[in-house]
Amino acid sequence: MTSTLNPPATSTTVQVPTTRVDAIAKVTGQARYAAEYDLDRMAFGFIVQARIARGTIVAIEDAVALAMPGVLAVIDYRNAPRLSDAGDAELQLLQSERVYYRGEVVALVIAESSEQARAAAEALPISYAEADHDVLFRTDHPEIYTPEKVNPNFPSESSVGNVDGAFDAAEVRVQAWYSTPAEHNNPLEPHATTAQWDGDELTVYDSNQGASSVHSTLCKLFDLPRGRVHVRSEHVGGGFGSKGSARPTVVLAPMASKLLDRPVRVTMTRQQMFALVGYRTPTIQQVRLAADHTGRLHALDHLAYSQTSRIVEFAEQTAVMSRVMYATPNLRTRHRLLALDVPTPRWMRAPGEAPGSFALESAMDELAAELQLDPVELRIRNEPDFEPDGGRPFSSRNLVSCLLEGSDRFGWRERDPRPGIRRDGRWLLGTGVASSTYPARNAPSSCAITARADGSFEVRITAADLGTGARTALTQLAAESLGVGLADIELRIGDSDFGQAMIAGGSMGTASWGWAIDKAARQLRGQLDASGGAVPPEGLSVTSNTRAEIDAQADVVRHGFGAQFVEVAVDPRSGEVRVPRMLGVFAVGRIVNPTTARSQLIGGMTWGLSMALFEESIMDVEFGDYLNHDLAGYHVASNADVGAIEVAWVEEHDEQTNPTGIKGIGEIGIVGTAAAIANAVWHATGHRQRALPIRPDRILNSANAAG
Amino acid sequence: MRSFAYQRATEPESALAARAANADSRYLGGGTNLVDLMKLGVETPDLLIDVTSLSLTDITETSDGGVRIGAGVRNSDLAAHPLIRRRYPAIAQAILSGASGQLRNLATVGGNLMQRTRCAYFTDVTKPCNKRDPGSGCPARTGEHHNLAILGGSTHCIATSPSDLAVALVACDAVVHVREGSDSIERAVPIDSFRTLPGNHPERETSVDPAALITALSLPALPIAAASHYRKVRERASYAFAIGSIAAAIEVRDGVVTDSRIAYGAVAPVPWRAHRAEAELLGKPAGIEAFEFAADTELSAAQPLPGNAYKLGLIRNLTVDVLSKLSGVTR
Repeated sequence: MTSTLNPPATSTTVQVPTTRVDAIAKVTGQARYAAEYDLDRMAFGFIVQARIARGTIVAIEDAVALAMPGVLAVIDYRNAPRLSDAGDAELQLLQSERVYYRGEVVALVIAESSEQARAAAEALPISYAEADHDVLFRTDHPEIYTPEKVNPNFPSESSVGNVDGAFDAAEVRVQAWYSTPAEHNNPLEPHATTAQWDGDELTVYDSNQGASSVHSTLCKLFDLPRGRVHVRSEHVGGGFGSKGSARPTVVLAPMASKLLDRPVRVTMTRQQMFALVGYRTPTIQQVRLAADHTGRLHALDHLAYSQTSRIVEFAEQTAVMSRVMYATPNLRTRHRLLALDVPTPRWMRAPGEAPGSFALESAMDELAAELQLDPVELRIRNEPDFEPDGGRPFSSRNLVSCLLEGSDRFGWRERDPRPGIRRDGRWLLGTGVASSTYPARNAPSSCAITARADGSFEVRITAADLGTGARTALTQLAAESLGVGLADIELRIGDSDFGQAMIAGGSMGTASWGWAIDKAARQLRGQLDASGGAVPPEGLSVTSNTRAEIDAQADVVRHGFGAQFVEVAVDPRSGEVRVPRMLGVFAVGRIVNPTTARSQLIGGMTWGLSMALFEESIMDVEFGDYLNHDLAGYHVASNADVGAIEVAWVEEHDEQTNPTGIKGIGEIGIVGTAAAIANAVWHATGHRQRALPIRPDRILNSANAAG
Repeated sequence: MRSFAYQRATEPESALAARAANADSRYLGGGTNLVDLMKLGVETPDLLIDVTSLSLTDITETSDGGVRIGAGVRNSDLAAHPLIRRRYPAIAQAILSGASGQLRNLATVGGNLMQRTRCAYFTDVTKPCNKRDPGSGCPARTGEHHNLAILGGSTHCIATSPSDLAVALVACDAVVHVREGSDSIERAVPIDSFRTLPGNHPERETSVDPAALITALSLPALPIAAASHYRKVRERASYAFAIGSIAAAIEVRDGVVTDSRIAYGAVAPVPWRAHRAEAELLGKPAGIEAFEFAADTELSAAQPLPGNAYKLGLIRNLTVDVLSKLSGVTR
C-alpha cells in the first residue's frame, strides 16, 4: 500500500519544539505513579526471594512471619491462587515448590504496612533441597544450541553466498571475538502495582510500558473476560524494556488482594529488580570480515552467543543488525543460545542492536585500520542499494548522509588515522566513529477521539509515557491531524479501557500510536466536514484501528540510521577513560518534538557511554545471582562522566514508514556508541578493547600485555 | 523495619555510658554508612546514640603548630578549612574526591574513620562473610574480588577499607583521640595503628574498645605535608570508591630524597602506610627509577589474586607519577 505524508507541510504543532504537556504535573508532584494510589484498607506485600539457584522448597515456616506485628498473610505455592497460562512461565508465580534461579519469588508476605511486610519477609525461614546449579555463560558449554527463532521473530541463521570460501580467498581479513556483559535496566521508578478487586472485577495501578499488554496477560492468568480487568498506568518512571511485559508485582498484587479481599500494593526494591524484571543478556560474538584492497567487503560473518533461563527461551537478536548494514555478496549470521539456572534475560534498550553493534562496528574499525582506509570511507564504500541479506528495498536509508554530516560537524576530515600518537599531559587522545541503526516498525493500535461541543477534542489511546515525552508528541500529532492547537486537545493515555494499543517498546510507540490517532482524526474530520462542523451536545466519537493498514504495508526494510563520533582521553597509566565529546547524527524520519527528541537521543548516547565504560552485572558463580545488585555496585555514568554531547538529524521524508513519517527514536541513540568509544580508545592507545565495559583494569592489562 | 531506639547525647560522658550499657548500640554521626547498613540488615543496632551534638565540631591550631579536628566536624567543613587546605592539601583533596556534596555535608570525621568495607559479600546478608558473620566463610577469594585487597589481607578476609580521607590522614601522621574504658580517659592512638588487619578476626577492625568514642583527630606540624597530594583512580569520574589511590609528600634536597610520606588506598583492609617504600627512598636520588623501586619494594609483600593483580601496576604507576610531579622529576 502507499501512504502519503499527511497532512499539512506547514504544521503548526509538529516539528515545533514543545515543552512537555505534563511537566507541571510532574514537578509539582500531582502526577501519580503506581505506588501512589492510596486505597481504603490497603495492605502491603513484600516479595521473598529464593536463596538457592536450583532445587526445591522443603519448608516455609510461615508461623514465624505470621506471629510478627501487622502481618496478615504469607502466600506461597501451597496457598496461592492457581494461575492459568499466559505464555510466560516466569509469571507462574508461587505455583510450585521448584526453584529455577536465585532471587525467584518464593513467597509474598502481606502486612498492614510495607515496613511490617518487609521485616516479616526478611525473617521468614525457608529451607530448600538444593541442587547443583550452572550459571556460568560460556561458548564451550555442551548444551549450546541454535534457537529456532530469535527475537522478535527472525530466523536464527541467515546465509547468502559462501562466506567461508570468500573469507579464505580474500586479500584482507579481520577476525575477532567480542564480549558484552549482562546489564540491568534500572529505570528510576521500580516496578510497582496497586491492585483492587470489586467482586470479580480487577483494577490495577501498575508501572508498565503498555497497559493493554498487561491487561491481556492478566485476563489470561486470572481467567477473566476482557471487560473485567482495568489496567491504569497514567504515569510511568522509565522502563527501558524492563516493563515491556507484565512483571511479578502485577501478578502478586491481585493474587494477594483476592486472598485478603483488600486492596494490596506490591513494590520492588532496587535490589530485587536485579533478579525479577529482566536484563540484557551477556553476549560473546565473533565477527569475521573479508575485503579487497579497495575496501569492498567480500564477506561478513557474525556469530553471536547469548544466554537464557531454564524456564523461558529468550533469544536475543544480536547478529540481526549485520543483515542490513553493509553490502557484501557473502553474508552469514548465526545465533547460539545457552539455558542456565539464571533469571530470564529480557529486553533492554536496543536489544540485539546494542550489543551486536559493538561487535560489528568494532570489527569495521579493525578492518579500516587493516586497510589503512578511513573508517567513514569504508562504511560509505559498502553502502548497499538493497537489503544485503534479503534483497528487499529500504523505505529510506540515509546512513551516508549521517556519516558525511557528522564528519563535517565533528571535524573528522582533519583526523590523523595513526593510533597512539596524541598526548595532552597524562592523557592519550583519540577519536572514533560507528554507525547506528534500529528498525522502524509499526504495530496495530486503536484510538478513540471525541469531538466535544465546545470545540475541543478528547483523544483516548492506551499509550504509555515512560518519561520520554510521548504524551506531548501525541498531543502534537493529534492537534496536527485535527487541524487545531495543542490547547484544544485533551489526550488521555495509560488506561486499558481505551482499547488495544502497542506498548512503548521497540521504538514503535509514537509511530504506532500516532498512526492510530491520525486515522481516527481523519475519520472524525470527515464526519465533521459532512455535518458542516456541527457537534451534538453529547459529542461526536470515532474509533480507529490500524491493523488492516499495517498488514497491507509493502514488504520493504524500514530502519532508522545514524552515525556516532566520539573523542576520548585515556590515561594508560591509571586506566581511566574520559569522553569529552560526542556527536550523533541520525536519519530517523520526521521529528515530532525536537525538544524531547534531542533528549531521547542524548539519553541513548549517554547510556551507550555508560555501556562502553561502566555497566556490568557480575554473575556470582558460587551463589548464582548478580552480585553487584544495587546502584552502588552497578555503575552507571555519573554527570562528571558526560562531556559535551551534540545531536543532529538529517531531513528525511519516508512515505513508506507510516502516514506520519515517524521512525522511532527511543533506541537508536545507544546503538554504536560503545563501538565508537572502543574505536576511539584504540585510536588513542593503539590497543583494541574487545570486551565491555572498558574498565581501568582492562586498559592497564592491555598496556601490560603489549609491553 | 526493625525497631530501634534513638537518643541524642550532649556530652561525651553520657554517650559513653549509654554505649557501654548496651553492646547492641552504635554511635551515629552523619549516618551516611551506618544507616545504609541498617537498611541492608548488615547492622542491626537496637539503640543509636547520636553524637553530633557533643560540641566536637572545632578545628583549631595547636600550640605545637599542628591542627586538632573535632570528631563531629563535617567532611565538607574539613575540606574547606584554610588550615587544612594550606598545610595538608592531600586531606582536602581526599575528601573532595569522595562521595557527593550532600554526603560530605552530612558525614563526620569520626564516622569516616569507622566506615565499613563495601565488599559485596559483606553487604549482602544472604551470603557468607567472615567480617559480618565470623566463621561463615569468605567467598571473595574464588569469587568477585577485582576491587579487594592485595596487601594485608588474610585467608579469612580481603575486604578493603573504603575511606579516602583516612589514606591522607595516614600519610599525614594523624593521631586519633578516643575515650574508652570505665574511666573514659582520653587516649591518643596513631592512626596507622588505629585500624587493624583482619588476620583470624576480620570482625575486629580497630585497636580500640568497640565502645570507644572518637573525640578528635590531631595532625602534627608537618611541613612536608604542605605540598602533599592525593590522587584517586576509580571506575567512573565521580561518585565511586577508589580502585587505587595514593596520598604522598616528598622532600628532596640537592636531588636526594630526605623525607617522604606515602599511603595507599583501596589495596588493603586498612589505609596502607607505605613504610617500606618510604625507607627505601630515604637518601636515594629522586628519580623515576627510585620511585619505581620504592613502590616495588612496598608491593613485594602483595598477594594478588587473578582479578586484582592489576592493582600492582596501578599503584606502581600512581606512586611514580605522583612522586614525580611533587618532586619535579620528569622522564
